[in-house]
Amino acid sequence: MEKLHLLFVFSFSWLASHLNMWLRTGIGNSFLLLVTEMLIAGISLLAFLVILCFFLGYMERKVAAFMEIRLGPNRVGPKGSLQIVADTVKLLFKEGLTPDGSDKFLFNLAPFVVVVTSMLAIAPLAFARDFQLWDVNIGIFYVTSISSMAVIGILMAGWSSSNKYSLIGAMRSGAQIVSYELSIGLSLISIVILSGSLRLSDIIQSQANGWWIFKGHIPVLISFIIFIIASTAEINRAPFDLTEAEQELTGGFHTEYAGMKFAMFLLSEYINLFIVSAIAATIFLGGWMPFHIGNLTGFNHAMDYIPSSLWFFGKTFFIIFIIMWFRWTFPRLRIDQLLNLEWKYLLPISMGNTLLVSAMAVFGWYL
Amino acid sequence: MQMTRKPSDITTDAKSGEVLHHEGEFIINMGPQHPATHGVLHLKIWLEGETIKKIEPHLGYIHRGIEKMCERLSYRQFIFSTSRMDYLSAHINNQACALAVEKALGLEVPPRAKAIRIILAELTRIASHELWWACSGLDLGGVTPFFYAFREREAINDIMEETCGARLTQNFIVPGGVMSDLHHNFQKRVKRVLTQIKDNLHEYDEILTGNIIFQNRLKEVGYLSREDAISYGCTGPAARGSGLSCDIRKLYPYDGYEKLDFDEIIFNEGDCWARYRVRMAEILQSVHIIEQLIDSIPDGEFQAKTKNVIKLPKGQFYQRVETARGELGVFIVSDGAATPYRCKFRSPNFSNLSAIPQMAQGAKIGDLVAIMATVDLVIPDIDR
Repeated sequence: MEKLHLLFVFSFSWLASHLNMWLRTGIGNSFLLLVTEMLIAGISLLAFLVILCFFLGYMERKVAAFMEIRLGPNRVGPKGSLQIVADTVKLLFKEGLTPDGSDKFLFNLAPFVVVVTSMLAIAPLAFARDFQLWDVNIGIFYVTSISSMAVIGILMAGWSSSNKYSLIGAMRSGAQIVSYELSIGLSLISIVILSGSLRLSDIIQSQANGWWIFKGHIPVLISFIIFIIASTAEINRAPFDLTEAEQELTGGFHTEYAGMKFAMFLLSEYINLFIVSAIAATIFLGGWMPFHIGNLTGFNHAMDYIPSSLWFFGKTFFIIFIIMWFRWTFPRLRIDQLLNLEWKYLLPISMGNTLLVSAMAVFGWYL
Repeated sequence: MQMTRKPSDITTDAKSGEVLHHEGEFIINMGPQHPATHGVLHLKIWLEGETIKKIEPHLGYIHRGIEKMCERLSYRQFIFSTSRMDYLSAHINNQACALAVEKALGLEVPPRAKAIRIILAELTRIASHELWWACSGLDLGGVTPFFYAFREREAINDIMEETCGARLTQNFIVPGGVMSDLHHNFQKRVKRVLTQIKDNLHEYDEILTGNIIFQNRLKEVGYLSREDAISYGCTGPAARGSGLSCDIRKLYPYDGYEKLDFDEIIFNEGDCWARYRVRMAEILQSVHIIEQLIDSIPDGEFQAKTKNVIKLPKGQFYQRVETARGELGVFIVSDGAATPYRCKFRSPNFSNLSAIPQMAQGAKIGDLVAIMATVDLVIPDIDR
């Protein structure tokens, strides 16, 4: 039965182990082998991210069109699927302006800081069964700390642009990201308490007999909802897109950016969207774990035959769809309402919730 | 760059000694190119953090001298230049000018022309409010409402195109009536649009009106008291949200509004949420007005007989109408020639704009956008 599973190319573990064996026979030097493997992993990850962002951009447009009773892109390529490629080419050919009076070094550095911090956070994610680049023992901690570095890039962009709208946008972003990180941290901690580990593979394994969102009763459901709200705010997407509020600040922190430098911010936005959705899918919805119902053996076996990567991406894109749904149906909050929501509602609720979850973990009140 | 900051916390102009700004203040120029100003409005804003301390509107970016232009145009022609003032109420602007000319001539307009004018005016009002709704959703960060409102607006524009030949600046009114008779599809299509609007209005409520974020953005924001509304000369939905009864269709009826049954919508709260609800209710009132007329458009002439060259008697003539944004007054001074000696328009947007600094006192930048959205400014009407 296990052999049958490996037939699926979707299960990347097969691919990874074969590649590893092939490299081992080809390259004798262990250091060179390590470097080669790292290079292959890094380049394939970059390629994956770019393709992913193309897809997410296309998906966003189609979801928006679906919400807005229109067709969306439908001219370039089959069903408009190459529209994003055309847009990228357009951005590539645009002039990369650096405004007079700006801090040129910081101005040009900021987009890269934002993109690199987004890309770093993808390292410990488990895309499929036995397919994980870096199973670090502080996985959750690593992701949260890396993603909080993105605010530095945004502040850099806002400050160095020498534009008042950019500055206001950047300061809003600082207040917003720093506040909402607390709720994200607390909602992640509830699962860390229940599963007893910060390592992502351990957390996924702990959901073999049921995903945390089903096992953890109402407290975990609350932390799931808080996580979704807070992470939407953390990645600056509507209804929390105050940092780039077009109607108020024209473009927020990226007002002065054009061409590929602007595209970098767009890229990092989509990578961040993928990362928070992937983390939510991993922590609350079992990552690549298939959906099982108690003792229904036949049903459970059927679910096992669905490749693990499909489970992971299915769950991730489900959450991505929800976050896109927010964006296209909600108006924007005001800055004081945004901070009130965090400090007066989400934070106290998640603190109380953490206590509840701790009690659940101590007394074993979960399945 | 030269730093001119003094040891004290006040920066003054070197020549005149005028206080430019205080330490900690932040001046931004919102406009003339800005996504939320819907045109070339320029607001100079003094900020303290995100809180607005002072606003100074700067005008003149789209001044075309329409009033001066009118002095060189005949009484048939000058009507059409007013389509370019408040382009969302183009038909109602034309109506105001035609009414002023008819008043001066003592001309009796045929009942058919009156009914056509009112139906088209109310369709214009609905289309204008649809666009306002779409843009206020957009201003507050929701893109989707725009497309919902444009479904109905497009249908209305199609009717306009079929009957008047133009979609936005209809130019359908001439002194003494309307330019041509109705298209034979008119009644059928208007009825279809009315049912479409009534069927779809609940979707507007679901996506925006009922949204808790949207309500919190508007409630208790941009307060304008009844006294301030009067002293700033606010009219239209912006004043009716403050409890001021100012609907010209009720107070000084024209073109047969006195025979129709409709309510003047008044809310007393004076905040953005009240102004929002006034407009939403006015859409339904306009639908109600059209329903009373559409099946009983009188037969007969669509235009009264006038001379080829219209000459107004010597004197001063004033006519006011209710556009989608408030009271539009047309003041004509005639010296008996074929062109006006002087033409002056009292535009609703100018007065409504003057109240914005008062409304936005102590508000946030986001509130200012909400206030501008609910006051619903059309900039070419301010500058003319």
